[in-house]
Amino acid sequence: MEKKEIISREKIEHLARLALIDLSEEEKVNISKQLNNILDYFQKLNELDTSNIKPTRHVIDGLKNVFREDIPGKSLTQEEALKNAREKQDGFFKAPRIIKE
Amino acid sequence: MSIQNNEIMIGLEIHIQLTNLKTKLFCSCSNDYRGTEPNTHVCPICIGLPGSLPVVNKKVIELAIRLALALDCKINNQFWFFRKNYFYPDLPKGFQISQYNKAGGKAFADGGKTTIRLNNHKKDIILNRIHLEEDPARLVHKGSIATSPFTLIDYNRSGVCLIEIVSEPVISSPEEAREFLKQLKSIVQYTGISNLELEGSVRVDANISIKGYDRSEVKNINSFKEVERALRHEIIRQKNILKRGKKLIQETRHWDDKRRITIPLRTKELEEDYRYFPEQDLVPIEINSDFIQKVKSELPEMPNERSVRFRKEYRLTEFDSYNLVLDKNFADFYEEGVKSDPSFDSEEYKLYCNWLMNDISRWLNNNNKIIQETKITPKHLVDLINAIKDGKITGKIAKSFIPDLMVGFNVKALIEKTGKRRISDKEYILKITKEVITDNLDIIRDFEKNPRALEALIGKCMKKTKGRLDPELTREILLELLSNKIKKYKKS
Repeated sequence: MEKKEIISREKIEHLARLALIDLSEEEKVNISKQLNNILDYFQKLNELDTSNIKPTRHVIDGLKNVFREDIPGKSLTQEEALKNAREKQDGFFKAPRIIKE
Repeated sequence: MSIQNNEIMIGLEIHIQLTNLKTKLFCSCSNDYRGTEPNTHVCPICIGLPGSLPVVNKKVIELAIRLALALDCKINNQFWFFRKNYFYPDLPKGFQISQYNKAGGKAFADGGKTTIRLNNHKKDIILNRIHLEEDPARLVHKGSIATSPFTLIDYNRSGVCLIEIVSEPVISSPEEAREFLKQLKSIVQYTGISNLELEGSVRVDANISIKGYDRSEVKNINSFKEVERALRHEIIRQKNILKRGKKLIQETRHWDDKRRITIPLRTKELEEDYRYFPEQDLVPIEINSDFIQKVKSELPEMPNERSVRFRKEYRLTEFDSYNLVLDKNFADFYEEGVKSDPSFDSEEYKLYCNWLMNDISRWLNNNNKIIQETKITPKHLVDLINAIKDGKITGKIAKSFIPDLMVGFNVKALIEKTGKRRISDKEYILKITKEVITDNLDIIRDFEKNPRALEALIGKCMKKTKGRLDPELTREILLELLSNKIKKYKKS
């Protein structure tokens, strides 16, 4: 089978945007190559005939309706909740501004 | 260019918190986060710590069924949750657990409708679907979102259960949107799934377009009241752009309720950018028809049914009954009142409704209160109506009693306290009317040509006596005096 490019350069840039990461020129080339190799390998699955197979909704087949009652339990304290936060202020997590100038 | 209302298309996405739950959608943190210290109603699940696993709150299913039934939706017996992926500080996991009606997924319920009344015509607002999802965290900005140097995050709200109601783009004016939301609010109140009086319990996104042009989506409309305002602004903005010959683009805008304008937020991410896929941390949910039937049998009377009953039972007009039942507490108050006095009949039913919808509603609006927060009882209003009927007080006096009634005084005590009684003493009325005539000769000259002159004179008499004169007697005596005067005038 002819090896064709599944992930275009535009797609890589698009994905990087969605993931909010900056990629260097070199990274774009490398990642593109690696992703294409991986996806190409997965193409093997297309060799199987799955027309009569039900899609897998969940890996644990047949399990359904796992519920919990509406009864309050214990929450973390503010101190515990903020323990791993890099930046905090007045009991809040602190993050960069949202809207670009 | 003039754009007609039928060329405006508005679709609303209404997110309602199920505030009557005790816990969040996927964890057992308390739902009751309002007024609490930030980040104190959180756990590894709702702040998205690695390894934590969500579990669905069983009560959610029952409450969602109630709403779906009340809105005439078709409930899907089997559904599962999806991950909606995007990065935003209010979303600790980098995805929101939501539902998706594509890729093999289903909404909680499809279709549905609710009927609104506007300017004496009826319209069905058709719904597309309702679905369940988790609420993101609350973001706090210093000043406006556009100028704040950073964002503070409180995850107490994160994971609270939202039910999203998506309408078809069939709404053609801000007024229709307002009526639809009024109706929806009423239905939510009757189903008992949420208290929409609570701040932040409702958020609306609106898709607005002028037929033939790209739509914009306005986010962050944080109360039903703001929706009408935001829609008006956005429609004018779009019309102005077209007027100037510019192009409308598909975009997401943010409603800035401080400045009362919409501002561009980010370029609209295409739907596939959310990379929806089935949430594997949750197993599918199946609802059996017996359970739906059980919930159905327990549903209370809904506002539209109640309105029909009120018309029949209390012989109210369609307009009165429609408006009276909108607020369940109001309608309950009404029924308790009119039922408590067996002598009440059509006339009193109508009067009772009028007092509630006019003077009492106005007082509540002015004081920004709901009726349960006041001390007036259904019986107090019965007493007021009977006191007028029995001739103890006039309608004017009754009106002046309203503020005191609202804080708990009863009518008898008010008559004693204020000394305001209806005056039926003919001699006294004659004296007052004569004085008024002497003081208002200019109005008298008008009398023959303008029938409203008489009303003006009655008004003056009432003003002079703080509304205590018997209005019918005053009218009779005034008419008599005036016709004598005119006869004399014509003779001379």
